[in-house]
Amino acid sequence: MSPSKHIVILGNGIAGITCARHLRKGDDKIQITVISGESKYFFSRTALMYVYMGHMKFEHTQPYENWFWEKNRIDLVQDWVEKVDFEGKKLYCQSGKTITYDQLVLATGSKPNKFGWPGQDLTGVQGLYSKQDLELMEKNTESGVKQAVIVGGGLIGIEMAEMLAYKNIEVTFLVRESGFWRNILPEEESEMVGRHIREHHFDLRVNTELEEIISDGSGKVKAVKTKSGEEIPCQFVGLTAGVSPNIDFLKGTELDVDRGILVDQLFQTNLKDVFAIGDCAQFREKPDKNRNLIEQVWYTGRMHGETLAQTILGKPTPYKPGVWFNSAKFLDIEYQTYGQVPADWDESQVLNFYWEHSSGKVCFRMLCDSDGRILGVNNFGFRLRHEFFDKAIREQWSGQKVIQNLDKANFDPEFFAPYISAIQRKYAEENNITMKISKPSFFKRLIGAKL
Amino acid sequence: MKYIQLIGLTLFLTGLLAFTVIPFLGEYTISEAIVLDNTKDIHQEKMKELLAPMYGKEYSSSFSFIRELNQKVDDYNSELKAESKWDQVIWDDYSFPLAKASLSSPVQNHPWLFLFVSIGLTVLGGLFYNLPKFKGEPEGIKNNGIFHSKMKNRGWLGMLTGSYLILFYVILYWFPAYMVNLVWMVEPLSLILSGNPASQWFLYGLIYTLAILVMGVRMFRKYKGNRYQQIRTASVMFFQTAFAFLIPEILVLLNKPYFDFKNIWPLDYSFFYDYRIETLTSSGAIGMFMLIWGILLIVVGVPLFTYFYGKRWYCSWVCGCGGLAETVGDPYRQLSDKSLKSWKIERYLIHGVLVLAVVMTALTIANYFSAFSFLGNVTNQLHSFYGFAIGSAFAGVVGTGFYPFMGNRVWCRFGCPLAAYLGMVQRFKSRFRITTNGGQCISCGNCSTYCEMGIDVRWYAQRGQNIVRSSCVGCGVCSAVCPRGVLKLENGPEEGRINEMPILIGNDSVKLNA
Ligand SMILES: Cc1cc2nc3c(=O)[nH]c(=O)nc-3n(C[C@H](O)[C@H](O)[C@H](O)COP(=O)(O)OP(=O)(O)OC[C@H]3O[C@@H](n4cnc5c(N)ncnc54)[C@H](O)[C@@H]3O)c2cc1C
Ligand code: SF4
Ligand code: SF4
Repeated sequence: MSPSKHIVILGNGIAGITCARHLRKGDDKIQITVISGESKYFFSRTALMYVYMGHMKFEHTQPYENWFWEKNRIDLVQDWVEKVDFEGKKLYCQSGKTITYDQLVLATGSKPNKFGWPGQDLTGVQGLYSKQDLELMEKNTESGVKQAVIVGGGLIGIEMAEMLAYKNIEVTFLVRESGFWRNILPEEESEMVGRHIREHHFDLRVNTELEEIISDGSGKVKAVKTKSGEEIPCQFVGLTAGVSPNIDFLKGTELDVDRGILVDQLFQTNLKDVFAIGDCAQFREKPDKNRNLIEQVWYTGRMHGETLAQTILGKPTPYKPGVWFNSAKFLDIEYQTYGQVPADWDESQVLNFYWEHSSGKVCFRMLCDSDGRILGVNNFGFRLRHEFFDKAIREQWSGQKVIQNLDKANFDPEFFAPYISAIQRKYAEENNITMKISKPSFFKRLIGAKL
Repeated sequence: MKYIQLIGLTLFLTGLLAFTVIPFLGEYTISEAIVLDNTKDIHQEKMKELLAPMYGKEYSSSFSFIRELNQKVDDYNSELKAESKWDQVIWDDYSFPLAKASLSSPVQNHPWLFLFVSIGLTVLGGLFYNLPKFKGEPEGIKNNGIFHSKMKNRGWLGMLTGSYLILFYVILYWFPAYMVNLVWMVEPLSLILSGNPASQWFLYGLIYTLAILVMGVRMFRKYKGNRYQQIRTASVMFFQTAFAFLIPEILVLLNKPYFDFKNIWPLDYSFFYDYRIETLTSSGAIGMFMLIWGILLIVVGVPLFTYFYGKRWYCSWVCGCGGLAETVGDPYRQLSDKSLKSWKIERYLIHGVLVLAVVMTALTIANYFSAFSFLGNVTNQLHSFYGFAIGSAFAGVVGTGFYPFMGNRVWCRFGCPLAAYLGMVQRFKSRFRITTNGGQCISCGNCSTYCEMGIDVRWYAQRGQNIVRSSCVGCGVCSAVCPRGVLKLENGPEEGRINEMPILIGNDSVKLNA
């Protein structure tokens, strides 16, 4: 079996690895090589925090056992690529090795944003993206850190705060917006997470921006200064103000780049036989009116990989994302979202329904268009079924139909509190309609959790 | 809070120390009367003669006493064996009853005091330690630091705990004569409950039950916000206390056969042994009821309940082995091996044990109906082999002693023949499955890490495939620890339950099998 062609994938994250797996599924012959400097084996970046907190060992974050790659004849190379010769189809690695390709897939992921703050390169100041970042964070917080400041209130920020709390480090959280993740979350949800952050004894400061990071004179951080002039002493600073495509080594080449590597709907770059997927790719045109030009989540990385594999296998397949979904966990509160729920909306165009449980830790929001058809939902503190909302949103169900059938969407474990019926009751009341309220079985009512 | 926990820890360790020291107390003096009281008629004469040189001598340690006693019997036996007089050999091991009767120790005078100082303090300490756990913390997953722990990640504390447990089991199963002090300590309790003197099994049952109760309290604390975990923990606590411990003892008090209504063949491998069948058939209506109940559980109960709820109805809600694994074993659940290789080994081993149990039972029954003419000797040897290798070594020593090394379900996963049977029903004819939530999995690995059965849950979750595995005991912990709400234990229609070629939703570009 002589290889028909050699596909080299640069980056072994979810995008690159998914692409490699589907290439092998679809073609037994092609030669596949995956290169990454970070680690030899694919691991789940999303689980880095759990390694730090002792929930898992690093090896647990690897979704496939090590024999998997050999069995599927996916060659793994651990090396940093420093230069690409697109003309000669050659990669130059840090170790001095060169690798030639017939087709190249760039899946180089992201890197943490640094906005040129004074002091951003001091010891004890770092972002969290890679395995190396995790190791650095373990080293930086090994001893002598009592206070830490997190700059930027996003998903990685709250993860970092939780990690630091594990080491009993006092955390101050600087958020530029008026509430936690307020650029994505509506006010009530943002408030809810904010309350929970404070419940965990983090000092959450909204409307606060970083001015500079102050050195102790020996190159280590000793405090940060905010725009309002306040100085907060700290021995560690987490920079989590977003990420951007990791493409520095590709800038200034014949490859067309903007913030990310520019691609069309087939993930083709301006160069023949060169593709880009995952966090590092930037679409020339939005793949869908509700989507961004750069998609920086796990799920989209996976879908890019699945889709591109088809194109390389000779079935040109444009990227058509389905109904949006995402999820996260804010300390103890789980969050899922399906469809479109923006941070703010035009009241005249959008019908809003919001329910919050008296505990202040569980809530549900549904937005509908002015005709009453569902646009999207947010749920916090309880679980809803992806399949249900994928269908409801795709088929443009009316909000009433969604709520009426909400018990079918319940994804909480058995015996959990019947939030669904509370939501239905509130919806019926607000809209002055009668609705059959879903009731859990007698047994569940007897021993299950109460509202 | 820390303060109370510290006191708890101190009490626990004090109790454990007392428990460890108590077996060394007292002196042993044997007499002819003791020998006659504690040996079978056929052996009385011989034993009386063999042990005569020991009469009246005071032995200050159990070691010298038991060594000499065994020596005397062994010498006699080897002579007979050399002459091939097999039928005269004394096969019975009298060391436990003789040691128990020969002991004179302060424990006998103050059994309640010693019980309190040892087991009592460990229980109290355990409660003090567990009750304030996570107090003042919001509800949530409490797995912080598990892999940094010396206890829960095969550190020195775990090794020490495992070694202690193994030692305890070895003594319990094969050298119970060394723990007669401990048995004396629970004598009055046994008299109250069953009217009978205590055996090492009564002691073991008591410790076992208390361990499940104390560590069950820990489960309530750890899974504060998780109703499913709390209810199933309450369930195993109840079944262990009532069905495995109290009811059988009370039955004996009422002159009925000792019977654990929730123990099912082939886990209860001796259910069809002739002496047990005889006990039941000679105990009137209630005995008959027990026999029929036991058989109904096997042929109707297991398939029916497993069809509706999966094997979890037994393994993580009712079973005693499961009860211990889910409470005492919970801190070690992450140590199970998740590799494909261990799954292969698991299937060979567990089905091997099932075949062995079935063959042995079939022989036993054939033997019974042929009035012991059919392969009588082979059956007996099989019984003792199974009892030793599977019943004691595998289920006890490895099953529990290996918690800190290989996780809390070693026996349930690799050995239990009932689990194999339940598993077959669960795999092929059941409404139970773990549903995955569309495309929401981020492959983080929490689920696989915390699956005590070593199921690589993530493998399925990340490709959107339902988890339908014969070994899943439905503990629900994978679902609890998943940070993205991907897993749900469900009973539902059989249609679409097994989806070998799942499609991840959310990508309209292609419809692909993940
Ligand atoms: C802490 C954290 C938590 C997250 N949590 C979530 C979450 O809960 N949900 C979610 O949807 N998303 C989450 N994300 C985002 C998600 O992980 C990313 O969107 C996703 O991993 C991107 O995948 P990728 O394959 O595009 O790139 P990456 O996973 O970044 O992979 C790129 C790889 O390429 C390698 N590479 C780059 N350049 C070179 C070079 N020149 N030579 C050699 N190798 C190179 C890198 O070392 C890296 O290994 C999280 C991210 C982080 C950092
Ligand atoms: S798969 Fe989940 S429910 Fe089943 S045994 Fe493993 S952790 Fe428990
Ligand atoms: S814990 Fe949840 S998100 Fe993580 S791998 Fe398992 S199913 Fe996926």
